[in-house]
Amino acid sequence: MNFFNLIRIALRALQRNKLRAFLTMLGIIIGVGAVIAMVAIGQGSKQSIQDQLSSMGSNMITIRPNSNSTVGGGARLDATNLQTLKLEDVQAIERQAKFITAVSPQVSGRGQAISGALNWPTSIQGVAPNYLDIRDWELKDGVPFSDNDVKAASKVCLIGQTVVENLFSAGESPVGKTIRFNKIPFKVIGVLSEKGENAFGQDQDDIILAPYSTVQKRILAIPYIQNIYAAALDENSSAQATAEVSEILRTAHKLKATDDDDFTVRTQAELINTFSSTSQLLTVLLAAIAGISLVVGGIGIMNIMYVSVTERTKEIGLRMSIGARGIDILLQFLIEAILISITGGIIGIILGITASRLITVFLSWPTLVSESSIVLSFLVCTVTGVFFGYYPAVKASRLDPIEALRYE
Amino acid sequence: MNNSNNNNKILEIKELKREFRMGTEIVRALKGVSFDVSPGEFVTIMGSSGSGKTTLLNVLGCLDKPSDGTYLLDGVNIGQLSRDELARLRNRKIGFVFQAYNLLARTSALENVELPLFYNSALTASDRRERAIKALEAVKLAERLDHMPNQLSGGQQQRVAIARALVNEPVMILADEATGNLDTRTSYEIMALLQELNQNGKTIVFVTHEPDIAAFSSRTVMLRDGRVIKDSKNENIKSARQALADLPVTDDY
Repeated sequence: MNFFNLIRIALRALQRNKLRAFLTMLGIIIGVGAVIAMVAIGQGSKQSIQDQLSSMGSNMITIRPNSNSTVGGGARLDATNLQTLKLEDVQAIERQAKFITAVSPQVSGRGQAISGALNWPTSIQGVAPNYLDIRDWELKDGVPFSDNDVKAASKVCLIGQTVVENLFSAGESPVGKTIRFNKIPFKVIGVLSEKGENAFGQDQDDIILAPYSTVQKRILAIPYIQNIYAAALDENSSAQATAEVSEILRTAHKLKATDDDDFTVRTQAELINTFSSTSQLLTVLLAAIAGISLVVGGIGIMNIMYVSVTERTKEIGLRMSIGARGIDILLQFLIEAILISITGGIIGIILGITASRLITVFLSWPTLVSESSIVLSFLVCTVTGVFFGYYPAVKASRLDPIEALRYE
Repeated sequence: MNNSNNNNKILEIKELKREFRMGTEIVRALKGVSFDVSPGEFVTIMGSSGSGKTTLLNVLGCLDKPSDGTYLLDGVNIGQLSRDELARLRNRKIGFVFQAYNLLARTSALENVELPLFYNSALTASDRRERAIKALEAVKLAERLDHMPNQLSGGQQQRVAIARALVNEPVMILADEATGNLDTRTSYEIMALLQELNQNGKTIVFVTHEPDIAAFSSRTVMLRDGRVIKDSKNENIKSARQALADLPVTDDY
């Protein structure tokens, strides 16, 4: 008995019961399709969060005043009103830190920007020139402001695409024009490249960048700074950079060993990990739910194979009487089960990929069909076929030909 | 074949016994049966129910093994064979014809006939097809190759089954009440076909309880209570073709 013959026998047996074979397959098709689509949704959202977070600069470190520290009577203040971060802190980090390549203060305020007859509510951020490097932002047009602009608190600015669109008519170049922010005139010297929404749905193009000194003095009238942005050497050294920055700031703030930090240091890598693990959990959850349907599909195969063995008892008896050995019968039923599950698996994979595409097209959810999920679900459904097909096949192969032939 | 004996018998049965244990009771279905079958014989094994006929058929068909005694099929002692070796023997040496035809539903006549050959790995697909067509020609169904069993009459279905029994060129055709489900005319047609095959040299063992059918064979072995009570040559073999011609025409409606 060669294997090829057995496959032909099994195929013909399935052909005799096309509808039943298809219905049995349906369990596997839906199971595999669901696993692939669900994992694709999970992986897709994970990937898109990761991409967006690293597009913000994956080696970026953010230092904020700690809102847990209290002022005076114990009332806790909003982080932006805390005044613990100073320009001296930035300079201290710049001088001492070995794992930091760039550091920039940041202050921000909201207000109304006006250009000619148009106006737009937006926010202005006061930063150092190297803020662009830290954030990995680029200019589409014009030039960045310089350290001299910072020293002189020049009224120059870089504007984002959303601001351009709302303050200038189409085709008009904003560079060289003057806009007014809270009645202060700023000369536009550059336009930032478009960045779209970030992972949290904020428009990253709705922004005006100006020298921090200008924003501090002319807009906010504050001596302190609100945040410090820094860039670590690379992604891997962000932990060391964090420790280093904490140490420098503790010294600069003259904190005692027992005092809590009056600032918080966050790395982008941490943020990425947090979101990744959340979406990883989502992926696992979705895959688990889909996996259950795959198991149900497998049980469907077992059920149908059992019914089939009983129903085809007479056929089994006949096959045995004309020379089929136990092993031939066992393999025939096993191959039938495997063919059902593999065919179902292939259709399921196609269905899963199609479903993922449709989800992306119609729901605009990011999906990512990973090869590993295809390989894995294919293996799982083959194993399912063998596992759930084995016992019915053994039952068939152990039938007594005499009784099987007389079975009604 | 090396181990065949001098007389070159197809079947040699000596003191064959078969016992079944039913709970605490032992049922002795065959109590010592002995007879031989030579090549080219057409033997009917007769007996009423309970005579051990079915048990003997199972043993003859290598579906069951005797409890005691010897059974040589074409010189091979089946008492010493494993389940798989018995399956191989059935595949190569025996052609079964059943009362209920036992064709696979939704499977063409050709594929049904090919079936035994699938369990013989020595054959290629074209061998299989060629031999199956030849077997169907032998039962005069060459025009019905692609018909499904439900498109064939009972007699035609039984002829497909006979073709299936012929296709592996067995040393013996073993028929179990092969006309039991057919009307008189169709029964005679089947008997005529078997007689023709027999005249061309096929050894046929036909198990039945109808004396009418036994008249067409060359020898009758009568069983009762697990023993042979009569084993006689039939001097006056009835021709099934003649019997068919003698049937009153009014039988058709």
